[in-house]
Amino acid sequence: MKDLVLELPTDVASIAGAVDYVMERCPVSEAAARRLNLNFRVGLTEALANAMRYGNGDDPSKHVRVEVTLVGGCLQATVRDQGSGFDPAAVPDPTRPENVARPCGRGLFLMRQLLDEVLFNELGNEVTLVLRLDSGSGFEGGLSA
Amino acid sequence: MSFQVSKNDDVTLIEVEGQLIVGNRQDLKNQVMEQLEGGDLKFVIDFANTGYIDSSGLGVLVSLSKKIREQGGELRLSSLNDDLRTLFELTKLDTLFKITNDKEEALEGF
Repeated sequence: MKDLVLELPTDVASIAGAVDYVMERCPVSEAAARRLNLNFRVGLTEALANAMRYGNGDDPSKHVRVEVTLVGGCLQATVRDQGSGFDPAAVPDPTRPENVARPCGRGLFLMRQLLDEVLFNELGNEVTLVLRLDSGSGFEGGLSA
Repeated sequence: MSFQVSKNDDVTLIEVEGQLIVGNRQDLKNQVMEQLEGGDLKFVIDFANTGYIDSSGLGVLVSLSKKIREQGGELRLSSLNDDLRTLFELTKLDTLFKITNDKEEALEGF
């Protein structure tokens, strides 16, 4: 079941509002709040930025689709762009000494560090983020937008 | 995101309010570059009122630090909350910047 579906234009200025919209519909226990507000927020923001900037190439005619689901204490977000995909294994580790001073290349690393699972489809234009929350959490309604 | 710019002797203090993310990072970069091109060399960016910085925001700070160093100056960061410190530690950017607990400590002895 898809609890929340968003179709976003390729506009990085829209990311903060979209992430806030999702966050507001994910009330969780106090214990899980930091994991939601830091880990999930960072992961979703980075996934959207990558999809718009690198996937869709900042092309305003293209869109990014987001599906957020909560099942069995697992919060899952799938972000799909309209690009030709990429090889996530080819992205260098930004924490290596030769890369630390580079201005870019940290988005995927942060996703992998902060989420429990980061899964790509074969093409590389769809990423699924999984964050395990404690039980008893849920969306405020099951809205589609 | 908005920011306030003030001068403390020869140190430029920029206090950021709100999120520093991909959608607004260029505003901060333009502000600092304008000050740098005007001859300022010592910068403190304070994040006491910043909840979140994404990888693009981190990238802008790295880029600015490099440009300031190339001119013989220095960029210090202050008042990172626990979440922001976590991001700097994960990415090892805490090794690249002088990070202080508050703006007063950053300004001290600059």
